[in-house]
Order: sequence, then C-alpha cells, then structure tokens
Amino acid sequence: MTAKISYDEVEVGTELPAQTFPVSRATLVRYAGASGDFNPIHWNEKFAKEVGLPDVIAHGMFTMAEAIRVVTDWAGDPGAVAEYGVRFTKPVVVPNDETGALIEVSAKVAAKLDDDDRTVRVDLTAMSAGQKVLGMSRAVVRLA
Amino acid sequence: MALDQSFVGRTYPPTDPYEVGREKIREFAEAIGDSNPAYTDAEAAKALGYCDVIAPPTFVFAITFKAAGQVIEDPQLGLDYSRVVHGDQKFAYTRPVRSGDRLSVTSTIEAIKSMAGNDIIDIRGEVHDEAGEHVVTAFTKLVARADREA
Repeated sequence: MTAKISYDEVEVGTELPAQTFPVSRATLVRYAGASGDFNPIHWNEKFAKEVGLPDVIAHGMFTMAEAIRVVTDWAGDPGAVAEYGVRFTKPVVVPNDETGALIEVSAKVAAKLDDDDRTVRVDLTAMSAGQKVLGMSRAVVRLA
Repeated sequence: MALDQSFVGRTYPPTDPYEVGREKIREFAEAIGDSNPAYTDAEAAKALGYCDVIAPPTFVFAITFKAAGQVIEDPQLGLDYSRVVHGDQKFAYTRPVRSGDRLSVTSTIEAIKSMAGNDIIDIRGEVHDEAGEHVVTAFTKLVARADREA
C-alpha cells in the first residue's frame, strides 16, 4: 500500500481533481457484460419505460465505480481505499444518442480521521443532468 | 406484505469459492474506462506492494451480489425481486481483491424494515480468501417498492 499523497500535505477542505465521465448505451452494454448485471432497465428502452423510468438508466454500480476513480487517481494506489459507500438517490438517464450522459464527480477532504492510521474521509459529489445522483457518498482513504 | 422480522440475524452458508482471474479484472477495468495500471500490469501492482494485479474497489460487488441471491431468492423470506431497487452500497476493505484470490462470501441479514409500504433489507456479505482471511465486507441495502396496484 503506497499512496502517492501524504497525510501531512492534506487539510480539511483540500479538493481532489474533479473529473467528468461520459456514459453511452454502448458503455452500459459493456458494463453489463463485465459485471454480469443484465437487468434490461440498463439497455432496453421499451422495458425501462414500461417500469416507469424516463429512459434507459445507468447501473448504480457503474456510477459508484466511476465516482471512486476521482479518489483512486488522486491517491495513486487503489488499495488506499479502506471504506467506500454511496446512496443511490437519482438514476443517471442515458439517452440513445451520440453523447449519452455525463457523470460529473468532485470530491474534497472532509475530515482527518486518525493521525496514526493516516486516514482521511473524502466526501464525493456526483451529478448528472444537474441532479445529484449519489448521496452520502464517502470514502475513507489511507494516505502515505 | 411486511417481511418476517425473525429473519434478522440469519446467516446463510458460505458460497463456493469464486476464483478471481486477471483477464476478468482487465475486462471490468476496461468496462469502467479505468486505465490505472495496477489493474492490468502485474509489475505496476508489484511496485505498489501487491503480488499480482488488483481489482477496482467495486469489482467485488458482482461476487457479493450473486451470494446475496441466497437471501433474495429465499422462498421463506418471500422478497418480491421484481420490485427491488438498490438503495445503498458500502464496502469496508482489509485489502484489495487480487488476481488468484479464491473468495467465499457469507451473507447475513442485518436488518429488515418497513417504511411507507416499502420493504427495506440490509444484507452484509463477508468476503474471505482461501486462507480464511478477511478481504472485504459488502453492505447492501435493497428496497422492495410498495406494490401500488395491490
């Protein structure tokens, strides 16, 4: 475990570099195959609408996977993530066009938890089409 | 219909081991568009102190959710899966999942609640490796939405 960010160099309020992740229908098909989640609400527009959704939506776990990249890219070592949790508040709606949807993720250090363990709590914000798609999105990260 | 509270605390038998493969990790990393070399290059993973490539943090969900099927499909519990949505997800890691791991999941029903006609169930999946060492715990909250047409 070798995070490239030092515990001593971060403060409460330190912002992590924000990132925007595009998601198209093709992304969702690929994620379905890789994750084994073939729920048709993630690829079949007719089915999604029949169950009351506005359109095909992204897998919540896909959004969760994208959001933590802001933390793992910052820390360098993905194994620095000691805890990670989210609430799925709104779906990421993915239209059938060339652009699809965007997931915009920002994050900041919310607390320094343990000087000996060198852990910090990072709070994440994930937005799509102006709506917050993850709530209570937090990671505990062990820094160098 | 509210779920039977007596299921709270019930633990299901550990699953048969899932063997984590290098190419499965690569496939997953590519599907989420994450080019971190620790997921695909054993040398890069070794430079970080791991013996082989590691998996992205949420990779293990496919394994724990499949294990949670024991709970979701338990006919005695009677959860209506057609109405289930994923409410919350959390992971607590002892170490990252890595290629070559043989992982077994033990699922426990942590809580059952009923709110506004919705059934809410919390499932904890403890993931251990072949040596019996803890790797990660997955906390999954599922919400079975009220059947408005009933």
